[in-house]
Amino acid sequence: MTDAHTTGTHGSGPFIAAIDQGTTSSRCIVFDKDGRIVSVDQKEHEQIFPKPGWVEHDATEIWENVQEVVAGAIVKAGITSADVKAIGITNQRETTLLWDKNTGEPVHNALVWQDTRTDALCKELGRNVGQDRFRRETGLPLASYFAGPKVRWLLDNVEGLRERAERGDILFGTMDSWVIWNLTGGTDGGVHVTDVTNASRTLLMNLHTMAWDEKILSSIGIPAAVLPEIRSSAEVYGNAKGGILDGVPVASALGDQQAALFGQTCFSEGEAKSTYGTGTFMLMNTGGTPVNSYNGLLTTVGYQIGDQPPVYALEGSIAVTGSLVQWMRDQMGLIKSAAEIETLASSVEDNGGAYFVPAFSGLFAPYWRPDARGVITGLTRYVTKAHIARAVLEATAWQTREISDAMTKDSGVELTALKVDGGMTSNNLLMQTLADFLDAPVVRPMVAETTCLGAAYAAGLAVGFWPDTDALRANWRRAAEWTPRMDADTRAREYKSWLKAVERTMGWIEDEES
Amino acid sequence: MAKNIQSLERAAAMLRLLAGGERRLGLSDIASSLGLAKGTAHGILRTLQLEGFVEQDAASGRYQLGAELLRLGNSYLDVHELRARALVWTDDLARSSGESVHLGVLHQHGVLIVHHVFRPDDSRQVLEVGAMQPLHSTALGKVLSAYDPVAHSEVMEAERRSFTGRTVTEAGAFESMLDLIRAQGWAADAEETWEGVAAVAAPVHDRRRMPVGAVAVTGAVERVAPGGTLRPELIASVRDCARAVSRDLGAGRF
Repeated sequence: MTDAHTTGTHGSGPFIAAIDQGTTSSRCIVFDKDGRIVSVDQKEHEQIFPKPGWVEHDATEIWENVQEVVAGAIVKAGITSADVKAIGITNQRETTLLWDKNTGEPVHNALVWQDTRTDALCKELGRNVGQDRFRRETGLPLASYFAGPKVRWLLDNVEGLRERAERGDILFGTMDSWVIWNLTGGTDGGVHVTDVTNASRTLLMNLHTMAWDEKILSSIGIPAAVLPEIRSSAEVYGNAKGGILDGVPVASALGDQQAALFGQTCFSEGEAKSTYGTGTFMLMNTGGTPVNSYNGLLTTVGYQIGDQPPVYALEGSIAVTGSLVQWMRDQMGLIKSAAEIETLASSVEDNGGAYFVPAFSGLFAPYWRPDARGVITGLTRYVTKAHIARAVLEATAWQTREISDAMTKDSGVELTALKVDGGMTSNNLLMQTLADFLDAPVVRPMVAETTCLGAAYAAGLAVGFWPDTDALRANWRRAAEWTPRMDADTRAREYKSWLKAVERTMGWIEDEES
Repeated sequence: MAKNIQSLERAAAMLRLLAGGERRLGLSDIASSLGLAKGTAHGILRTLQLEGFVEQDAASGRYQLGAELLRLGNSYLDVHELRARALVWTDDLARSSGESVHLGVLHQHGVLIVHHVFRPDDSRQVLEVGAMQPLHSTALGKVLSAYDPVAHSEVMEAERRSFTGRTVTEAGAFESMLDLIRAQGWAADAEETWEGVAAVAAPVHDRRRMPVGAVAVTGAVERVAPGGTLRPELIASVRDCARAVSRDLGAGRF
């Protein structure tokens, strides 16, 4: 393929294959040396809801889908395993699986991160201290998302499992571990590992030592025999055994949001990315120190390359962003497509005095108020549906501002620019509003698939496909940049109104226990 | 005075008949209501059916209004939808061409830029979304003028200003340029709007083959058209991109 056409074609390789085992689907993307996408394959898997609040995945189906999309992407690219230098993994975080190491069979469906069945268990584990009992060691509050309590639930609720686990027949893993174990041979010598970013979401790893914390393990009641070995995010864990990529090194693992941080090449302290999907996840690189949060953020591992020291991050999430636009479309019927929110919002100059705080299931970072519920305030007869559409977009921008302010307070680092990705970055008005509210430039990179790209980058570094992070930075291309246009007085006045609207949401739900 | 066209009057009467009262009517009901021979009524109904304005129920053989009528009243494509669909393809075009990419639509006698991807180098660039470009001299404008009849009548009626020595302004020459664009499927602007700047553009169609916009690669004339000749691979890339966006909008392969 090295003909005269330098445009629209990709070189003859070599390539890196990245597997993204996500919440709703598994994907495989093949990247070339410039970080450009060569081919993509994707397959959705079933969401299993056995009871309200419970969410499960069939791990066997997921592994079959992963094999299928890897084969699909390789075939579409028209290449063979000889052209692929490494395989990188990124995954839905915290989703928890236990399987039998002798048969390779899962002992139960995987418990998905959204599953809330461990709510009561988490309260119980908090004892007299509360949800911050393990925060100093792990950087996390005791919440149902994280893997540790899910492991305990499985051990308590699957008959005979605790005995089998203590005998050493059972393996625990998040989806990275499951995919890597199977890729490297499964029952035939598969390696049982996880990376530091995924381990940092279990509530079981000590952030300061990067090792499983024995005290926490015994507090939660998890036998050490089930745990995978904690490795860096970018190193060769083993070689693929069997399948279309037989013999190719499996060389990276990163939780999805950390992979996006890596794909956005946020390698310096203070660099941050925000991914705008159904919800929004913002991560800021805080360098070599885990920064404790006093403003409702999570402390987590950003990445670790080989034997270099780990890089930490602060994380803030917004529960309702893209899903608010979907709600306006599906429940309110104000728009016919998600893209139309911009058309409607652009038909007016401002919000007309209306503010929309979508605290549909309480306020998250930085407030953590489960008693809050959503409000639309400032209504007058002047307000039209276009003003409400504008308030919808502004809600996402103001919530980003609140997370960014919390990050600045915790880390002492001012945000100089925000790198964005995800579906909502096609909304030009939202991106401009974001720049206006943050008073900082908002930058969109040319490759939208930053999650897969991050996994590919880490794997490529591990095998020397790319020499160092500087080479990856050189690959990063700015597709668009929005600069602040709002004057400081307007910004301050609007922010004050937003904060007033946020106050109106609190205390709506009366405490059911009192 | 122009004479009214009888078959169109009859077709309109049929649509009104199907829109009121009973929703589904048989051929003989329609024919007798309008005082037409069955054969005449059937011919008109069949034509309306082919255009999608009328549908025939397979089981009963009765006629009802077609889905196309609903689409007629609601036919414009939201430009933000267009941008969302174009995002991936235009990113890749900028990346592979090394030049900046614009997506434009017809708006108030000019081209409105609805999406802009920066040239992939480290230089400072300003987002041009919301800017207007002239119809008669830019590659985007010429594509729209060639394919969209509304743009065509607007550009022919407007004063076509000369921006550089190369701008084509004379009506006859401009029309033959549009003929060439329609024949080849793309348009170029070699320093016809701005000195030193060249561009190539191709049309984006929706699922009804309506021209809804155009995509262009723009850059320094030395890179886009070295030695006065447009780089052929650039033309191919722009057309590929426009076709990919069109496919995403539901247009068939062409």
